[in-house]
Amino acid sequence: MILTRFFMGGFDRRISVMIGLILAAAVLVPVLHLLVPAGNPLHVPTYIVALTGKYLTYALLALSLDLVWGYCGILSLGHGAFFALGGYAMGMYLMRQIGARGSYGNAELPDFMVFLNWKELPWFWHGFDHFAFAMLMVMLVPGLLAFIFGWFAFRSRVSGVYLSIITQALTYALLLAFFRNNFGFGGNNGLTDFKDILGFNVQAGGTRAALFSASAIALALGILVTSALVNSKYGKLMIGVRDAESRLRFLGYRPENIKLVAFTVSAVMAGIAGALYVPQVGIINPGEFDPGNSIEVVIWTAVGGRGTIIGPVIGALLVNAGKSWFTGVLPEFWLFALGGLFVFVTLFMPKGVVGLWEKYLPRRAKRAGKKKSPEPAPDLAQTAGAAE
Amino acid sequence: MFGRKLMSLRFFRHAAVLIVLLLLCLIPASADEAAVRAALSKLSADAGYPAIEAMIGELALSGEPKAALSLNALSDGKLVVRKDDGAVFILDVSGAKLLDPVTGDEAGDASGAALEKVKIKNSIRRKIAAAMSGLTLMAKDKAVRLRAAETIFTTADVSQMEGLDAALAAEADPQVKRRMEQARAMLTVASSTDEAARIAAIGVIAARGDRAALSALMNFRSKLEGGAASSLESAISVAEQNLRFWNIGQNVWYGISLGSVLLLAAIGLAITFGVMGVINMAHGEMVMLGAYTTFVTQDLIRQSAPGLVEWSLLIALPLAFLFTALVGIVIERGIIKHLYGRPLETLLATWGVSLILQQAVRTIFGPTNQEVSNPSWMSGAIEIGQLAITWNRLWIIVFSLTVFAVLLFAFNRTPMGLQMRAVTQNRRMASAMGIRTPFVDSMTFGLGSGIAGIAGVALSQIDNVSPNLGQSYIIDSFMVVVFGGVGNLWGTFVGAMSLGIVNKLLEPFAGAVLGKILVLVLIILFIQKRPRGLFALKGRSVEA
Repeated sequence: MILTRFFMGGFDRRISVMIGLILAAAVLVPVLHLLVPAGNPLHVPTYIVALTGKYLTYALLALSLDLVWGYCGILSLGHGAFFALGGYAMGMYLMRQIGARGSYGNAELPDFMVFLNWKELPWFWHGFDHFAFAMLMVMLVPGLLAFIFGWFAFRSRVSGVYLSIITQALTYALLLAFFRNNFGFGGNNGLTDFKDILGFNVQAGGTRAALFSASAIALALGILVTSALVNSKYGKLMIGVRDAESRLRFLGYRPENIKLVAFTVSAVMAGIAGALYVPQVGIINPGEFDPGNSIEVVIWTAVGGRGTIIGPVIGALLVNAGKSWFTGVLPEFWLFALGGLFVFVTLFMPKGVVGLWEKYLPRRAKRAGKKKSPEPAPDLAQTAGAAE
Repeated sequence: MFGRKLMSLRFFRHAAVLIVLLLLCLIPASADEAAVRAALSKLSADAGYPAIEAMIGELALSGEPKAALSLNALSDGKLVVRKDDGAVFILDVSGAKLLDPVTGDEAGDASGAALEKVKIKNSIRRKIAAAMSGLTLMAKDKAVRLRAAETIFTTADVSQMEGLDAALAAEADPQVKRRMEQARAMLTVASSTDEAARIAAIGVIAARGDRAALSALMNFRSKLEGGAASSLESAISVAEQNLRFWNIGQNVWYGISLGSVLLLAAIGLAITFGVMGVINMAHGEMVMLGAYTTFVTQDLIRQSAPGLVEWSLLIALPLAFLFTALVGIVIERGIIKHLYGRPLETLLATWGVSLILQQAVRTIFGPTNQEVSNPSWMSGAIEIGQLAITWNRLWIIVFSLTVFAVLLFAFNRTPMGLQMRAVTQNRRMASAMGIRTPFVDSMTFGLGSGIAGIAGVALSQIDNVSPNLGQSYIIDSFMVVVFGGVGNLWGTFVGAMSLGIVNKLLEPFAGAVLGKILVLVLIILFIQKRPRGLFALKGRSVEA
């Protein structure tokens, strides 16, 4: 009962609409891809299925960042690390599934290990031939890293810009570590050349459609969980941490524990997003740990509107669609556009697309909103904080 | 075995010619040319082998490196005698011209005269070879002899043994004699079959104690057996131990050098962060802009006033400072001012600016590295013991210390510096006391960017100038600022130096990448103890 009440608390009109749309897509796109013949204008080609599936995982990642940034005030510039760790866990499972079909024909060892003259599987690879174990690791590894890191960081009250820089350092250190060829994770080539997932060919139309649906369902679940969290009593505490941490502390709460829970849940969500990303893209390499990638996630959230839940989803879809278009048509100017987007959004659209929508359609918002999601961060709080 | 390869006459001859020709460039023309000419004139048109051998002997005894040209030509079969007047020439490669046998200058046309080639046989070839080695080993100039002995040491050219023995017997100078003995020891180890002699020779080489000796000993590792092999191993371990002390010194030196680079790159960031509380993600790009300013300046100077190229760095310094300070002030006025009070948004906006700057430079100059040349006073190195100290790194250390001293002075002794410190410590109070904080903000940002620009000038000397230059220094600059704290300029100094030295000391044990990771992890752990860095701001202000 508690659980039902918890989840029911998360439904408001916007969220319901968004979840509805996503679930519709989860059904529609596979149908249009598999059942509608290729010549038909309604047919969804394979590359669109893969591309939009990737976008959905990005949306989940942006949502996870919104949980810590928009509602808890922690600007994590290293969330790509959790994404990549989840991706690597899935990648390790897929590598083990290749079995003897790799270039070297070794049933036990993946190709890159044979290439490095390793004789046996390192201890941390054991167990990844079971899907359940791999899925557990997808959630456990990013979660554990976030827990340990957060425990140390929040306890010593590292906050604000310092914390952001430290998260960047974390993902940079992981980048360096995973790039090393003898680290055991494929080195600079990463893990690739996947064949099967759960027995199905990774590249078959049916599998791609299934992965798309899975991503959509995961996103919907993520939205539900986040919304429920944010609208619960815990959510109020999170917003208190974001807006007035000292005050909350003096009231007797422990902001570090509140932040820790949010950070860990967010990392697990990011890990799941990464795990769904890898089979759709076909490769996971250390470049995913790059600090630049993590900062891009922030802009998706910012464009959509942080501190809203549908905002990051919209932002991720918009920005990535724009990126695909730009890099196809005017590749030289993509970085100009991205940089300009950063500047423009922070200067003129601090509340993002959703904020603009709310500003210019007040009647709509008033009618919709007996139950509104908690407000995005007011500027006032940050002014007070930075004025020291 | 490479000794066998070296024993081929051609290789040896070419190597010897190279040495000799190099020396020829250094030795000015002298009256001893006459001795060479005198010897050559003894060659008449139908000189027999004994006469030729005698001539070779005379040339060898003269110790005159210029003789090498003619000796080489003789070996190649290019030494000719003109029939009518008995004058000796070298036939040039094309066969159309005559060259002077001593200087190699053009001396006439080959087509007209009747020429007789001076013929030689194999024994004479050997004599020429020995003479060539003798010419360098018994040259009059000490530096020439030293270099010849050193070359034989490093190349372990066994064919030089006879010449070396002869030179050793005649050598008086103790330093050259020692080098020759070491060279002879090398040849002994390489060629001798007597184990005792080899062991003794290994001892001589090991006594030399420097890196060249160590690498020479390691070369022999797989080539010896028995008693010689074990004595070789012990010699190698002794040499390695001696070098260990110097290696640590070398790493400390590299650490100081890296620390000075980090100091230059990070101090602008620390100042900006201290005064305004914003991390400027475009800071790396300011460094990059400074480096590109140097490149453009050098290019322009090369085209319009080539004589000033040596001064191009000094000219680029104020230019880079002004340019990047201007860019910084524009960014501050245009973007950051509007984001006042929102440090996290400022971080994102400056990241966007950094992307724009990177792509702009990439579009204008292209994504490849640009070449910035070192002026002559920054090239080369000096050796202290076993430490190799390169001039460019030394100058950069001096430069960064100077910049730091100037900044210390500016911060602590000028009115503007006073205002900056006041705003760093308590912005609202400073504003209440009448300090125009927006103006201080702009000036600080300009100053921080300007220093980044001149850091770029310095970095252009040791790093590649490319659009990605900024990215490689930004994370390290952040670490310095986070580690050192922003309360005090000394925090940046201590932070930069310690990070540089720790990084370089860890490198030999953990490798460059793992060392960097360890440093990052250490900083993350350090932050737990001191969340605001080493030299934190003192005060009672509370963050929201």
